[in-house]
Amino acid sequence: MAQIASDFIVKIRHLQKSFGANRVLDGVDLDVHKGEVVVIIGPSGSGKTTLLRCINLLETYDGGSIQVDGVEVGFREGPGGKRHLRSDRDLAGIRANIGMVFQLFNLFPHLTARENVMLGLRKVRKRSAADAKQIAEQWLSRVGLGDKFDSLPGQLSGGQQQRVGIARAVAMDPKVLLLDEITSALDPELVGEVLTVVQELAKDGMTMIVVTHEMTFARDVGTRIVFMDGGRIQIEGTPREVLGRTDHERLRTFLARIEVKHH
Amino acid sequence: MLYHLNFGYVWTHFDKLAWGLLLSLELAFVSILIGMVIGLALALVYTGRGALLRGIVAGYVEFIRNIPLLLLVYLVFYGVPSVGGFAYDATTSFVLTLSVYSGAYMVEVFRSGLAAIPKGLTDAGKAIGLTAWQRLVHIRIPTMFRIVLPALSNAYVSLFKDTSLASVIAVPELTYGAQWIKTNSFRIIEVWAVVTPMYLVTGYALLFALRQLERRFSIR
Amino acid sequence: MQFAIQSLPFLWQGLFVTLQVSALVVVFSLAAGIVLGVGIVYGPRWLYWPIRLYSDFFRGIPLLVLIFFMYYGLPAFKVNLSNFAAVILALSAFKTAHVIEVTRGAIQSIHLGQTEAGKAIGLTFGQRLLYVIAPQAIRRFLPPWINAVVDTVKGSALVSLVGIVDLMLAIQQVIGRTYTPMPLYVLGALIYFSINYSLSMASRVLEARFAHIRE
Repeated sequence: MAQIASDFIVKIRHLQKSFGANRVLDGVDLDVHKGEVVVIIGPSGSGKTTLLRCINLLETYDGGSIQVDGVEVGFREGPGGKRHLRSDRDLAGIRANIGMVFQLFNLFPHLTARENVMLGLRKVRKRSAADAKQIAEQWLSRVGLGDKFDSLPGQLSGGQQQRVGIARAVAMDPKVLLLDEITSALDPELVGEVLTVVQELAKDGMTMIVVTHEMTFARDVGTRIVFMDGGRIQIEGTPREVLGRTDHERLRTFLARIEVKHH
Repeated sequence: MLYHLNFGYVWTHFDKLAWGLLLSLELAFVSILIGMVIGLALALVYTGRGALLRGIVAGYVEFIRNIPLLLLVYLVFYGVPSVGGFAYDATTSFVLTLSVYSGAYMVEVFRSGLAAIPKGLTDAGKAIGLTAWQRLVHIRIPTMFRIVLPALSNAYVSLFKDTSLASVIAVPELTYGAQWIKTNSFRIIEVWAVVTPMYLVTGYALLFALRQLERRFSIR
Repeated sequence: MQFAIQSLPFLWQGLFVTLQVSALVVVFSLAAGIVLGVGIVYGPRWLYWPIRLYSDFFRGIPLLVLIFFMYYGLPAFKVNLSNFAAVILALSAFKTAHVIEVTRGAIQSIHLGQTEAGKAIGLTFGQRLLYVIAPQAIRRFLPPWINAVVDTVKGSALVSLVGIVDLMLAIQQVIGRTYTPMPLYVLGALIYFSINYSLSMASRVLEARFAHIRE
């Protein structure tokens, strides 16, 4: 598939990150194009969550570059080409165009579902109250929570909360959506309703980077699978290619363990 | 500019401060012991049945916790003898006051400590056939003590600072010693420059030491 | 007992001073404490230690010692404040340390994920503080803070020892004239009790109001 340069949403080059002496990301290169659903898999400690969190700078990165829609996320160019960490103000603007859904939902407990979705629309996108309300309700209905506008997070099940989390992220009309193991904290019977929502978003063309253990999802919805281990991307390709490989030792071990867990 | 600092007088009479500090520690120690007895007894009453008794305990606790310690000190030292008959010396009076004062706090400490005992422990006690009294003595109280150790440490240091109020009825603890030196020498800054660190260092040293002890005995 | 009732007007005056002192100290310490509390949580490293030292210092010494020092010691530093201002300063400095701790505790008890969720939707620091952190922190702030207010009212009684005619000193003065200590101390206790108990009750009402936020 030929992609034009302007189709790059996320461009990551030589990404490096250490926590103290621990080298968590060891030179990662990744391109994500518009409309792609890139699924990142790998054992814990492989750096996949850190990679995701670097994209919207919830973690800073030590070396390399991450560009979202052409803008370097973590640094700005100073005089003489020196890199300066971005200010909170800058970051806020950049993050507004990147959506994130969290493993632990992180809904604002003092706000209703509708208000959770409206907060970003009102304060960041500067929409009027009426507009924000309408958009929020639209998205909540789309994720199947049309009757829960006034519910507080404490009154919702895990699956419902996560769907609010998804609505909150996509209502901001982000260029790319980051999904950080969004079903790992859910009871098994609630996982399906959340993945269905994500699948529909993918069908509508939302660009996504997904960290997950759900192999069925990776296979059915992912356009590309990336296997990470030891802070580097080990294998990359279409779901069929990656999941079908028999030659890569670490990948096979990892997949075997996942399959066992899911039975 | 400051006047010329002269610590001479303070050092000459440093014994007042040293013994005062010791007395402060003793006052706090005796008071917390008595307070703990009061607190534990009342906490057990409070967790038992009997709405009237619970009400009395609650009344005591709320009353003591909502009035100034200073007022309580005066009430016990000046007020009680004037209606009750027997008078007693300042130190005894203060210990009595501080014990009653800390007792009120201890009730709450022990009550929440007892409530924090995992139900599984008492269930296990029941399962092996212990009576209610045996469960109380062998399981609940020991467990509760481990849970409330941090609160007890904080309470002791707090009481140590409260002993400064004993100075108003002329008990020769640390603050009284400082006042004495100040009154007799007008060396205000020098006195407080010595006494303030004495309180600070003692307080934090106590906390540190108690934390170490906690680590040996605490749960989780 | 008759004396006690007759002296009520005089006691009311003392009570007024007590309330004045308490109110001023509460306001000053609330403002300073919250600002410094936010500063110690979110500020840079060089801000952390001074605030930390301040907090540990003022919580480590008895209030009485502080009042005596400020009252007698400040003139020696050529700082000439009125008696009233000196005790307000001492009490406020003391209380600010506690409010800093309450603020810090309230903010830090909020799960880190909340800040991250706020960042993720593009809120700036100020917006996160205002719309995400503060509404949640208030719930954890109020009970210990009202406790601190009660402590302030109780602590205000110490100003009687440096000649400020608050309720405590008023009681002492009446006793000096009438030689009936017990009834007056009991009366005084009841007055202090009513004030502080009402505050505690208000705290419980406020706690209940915010209880609908379950996590």
